[in-house]
Amino acid sequence: MYKYDQYDQAMVDARVAEFRDQVRRRVEGRITEDQFKPLRLQNGLYLQLHAYMLRVAVPYGTLSSAQMHALADIADKYDRGYGHFTTRQNIQYNWIKLEDTPDILADLAKVEMHAIQTSGNCIRNISSDHYAGATADELIDPRPYAELLRQWSSFHPEFLALPRKFKICVIASEADRAAMKLHDIGIRIVKNDSGEIGAAFYVGGGMGRTPMIAPCINPFVPLDQLVTYCEACLRVYNRYGRRDNKYKARIKILVHELGAAEYTRQVEEEFAHLLTQDIEPPLAELERISTYFASPAFETGLSDDIDRSDPDFALWVDTNTVPHKAPGYVSAVISLKPAGGIPGDASAEQMHLIADLTKQYSFDECRVTHTQNIVLPHVKKADLHALWTSLEAAGLGAANLDRIGDIIACPGLDYCSLANARSIPVAQKISERLSPRSAELGELKVKISGCINACGHHHAGHIGVLGVDKKGVENYQLLLGGSEADDTSLGKITGPGFDEAGIVDAVEKATEVYLAQRTDGERFLDTYRRIGINPFKEALYG
Amino acid sequence: MKIVTGNDLKTGAVTWWTGSDWSIHVDDAVDAGDQAETIAAREEAARNVNSPYVIEAVTDADGKVRPAHIKDRIRALGPTVRPDLTLKPADPTAGNWVI
Repeated sequence: MYKYDQYDQAMVDARVAEFRDQVRRRVEGRITEDQFKPLRLQNGLYLQLHAYMLRVAVPYGTLSSAQMHALADIADKYDRGYGHFTTRQNIQYNWIKLEDTPDILADLAKVEMHAIQTSGNCIRNISSDHYAGATADELIDPRPYAELLRQWSSFHPEFLALPRKFKICVIASEADRAAMKLHDIGIRIVKNDSGEIGAAFYVGGGMGRTPMIAPCINPFVPLDQLVTYCEACLRVYNRYGRRDNKYKARIKILVHELGAAEYTRQVEEEFAHLLTQDIEPPLAELERISTYFASPAFETGLSDDIDRSDPDFALWVDTNTVPHKAPGYVSAVISLKPAGGIPGDASAEQMHLIADLTKQYSFDECRVTHTQNIVLPHVKKADLHALWTSLEAAGLGAANLDRIGDIIACPGLDYCSLANARSIPVAQKISERLSPRSAELGELKVKISGCINACGHHHAGHIGVLGVDKKGVENYQLLLGGSEADDTSLGKITGPGFDEAGIVDAVEKATEVYLAQRTDGERFLDTYRRIGINPFKEALYG
Repeated sequence: MKIVTGNDLKTGAVTWWTGSDWSIHVDDAVDAGDQAETIAAREEAARNVNSPYVIEAVTDADGKVRPAHIKDRIRALGPTVRPDLTLKPADPTAGNWVI
């Protein structure tokens, strides 16, 4: 894992001291809320429905045991005993007191964490593949490049007041497990015909009010020009992105309105200019960063055998573990989606346990996924039963990865001041009703948002649910056919919306159409793509 | 009726204007009538409340104050998915009130 150098630590410590002074002045009445609001947002502090909410950045989703323990301690000491892992691989606390915030940030700084740039019109936390460094299908570990971009984008003076927020994702495999094409910039590390490693740039994706899949604007940028090319993409956006209309301010609108070809032409022009300015960090810096991401010392000669005599354990192994690049190891996914539970929530006790298991079984490293689960990336197969036993005892043993119960849901109207409808109760009801049919339904990704901002990724769900406000009453639209994987697609709305009970029935009906129509081996998404939306509409609306 | 709501500056807790002070219980809210906006501005300037705003509400058959919009009813109670964290932790059905 990356370790802060003196500059990283000094920057974060200075920001804590600065914010402590800003909070003091706010409480003393020396600055108004209008003056204070942008300052608190720059430190991840929102004012939500019930209290202040603090969003803490988890760079590319990677955490050490000590960091997870620290997050649990914050939940215990300053919040109400739990945290919420988000679809941006971050964690949020829902019950924060303003005067505690500087102390929380100081506690975070002690474990090399912060909440900087988790809000506002700046470059947000860089996301990545939660199996990075563990999966056999990646070209290389993408996280050194994500870390390089984190350092480049942190406090970048030119990009702290962009037209709108900006999200970058870096992956290094053909399989997309990070919704890469639904980011403002998606970067895939690739190899060209000459065997050289570089980066393919996808620019202008996103969900929200106007969902778009990012087009590839450059299939190969040499790695020693990666930061410069990012800078060029941002510069064109910063110059021409719309600031007159918040709803048209994201880069996807600029790319769409200019056309990908014209946007690319302007980026290439800027890129050519920037190459003369020598802004690229030396490769030695990338190499320095890369040393922190060296593979752990995996044992060799391990057996691949697993004792499957316990059927519950065998089911969990089959469902929640994925192949690893090292023989005798797997990546194990800890589901934060018990049947009927709140997606992404973890108690302080659960976080402490995960931290302990991280240290004991996974080389002191875990990952937060954008699907609101936790991954232990490097677990010996021989340790799986002990790991599962501990998880089961703590309510963390749900065997439902990518199944109907593994639902993404934003906080919705239960917590979020932007939401129009509650998301969590809908997720709970779907999970309760359909989890018993999980095995029969197979891979089925349900994603629920409580408003058009799409934090719950509803556009990209095989089944998506969007909560809207219909004359003061919660109403839910059903979408079908979305995907955020390498076959990225956007879901289509089936028709008129449903009330809370009706949307659960509607999701069930959609699964019944799938079960009736599927052919051997077809996932829900495959069947939908083959038969189209009409059979589903007929079942839903008669 | 028009009632005034906001958040406590230091804790962020949801508060309601009672006519003389701020309470975390919506049932303490009073009809601020035409003075609602003036009260909100005055109280914010005095840092007695953060980001106040005026909402419509009604008094129900039991004399309880009920904000007109579901968002403010959830603010008044707490998250419907965590009854233990609401203002009525002993009542697991309290969430039905918001719907």
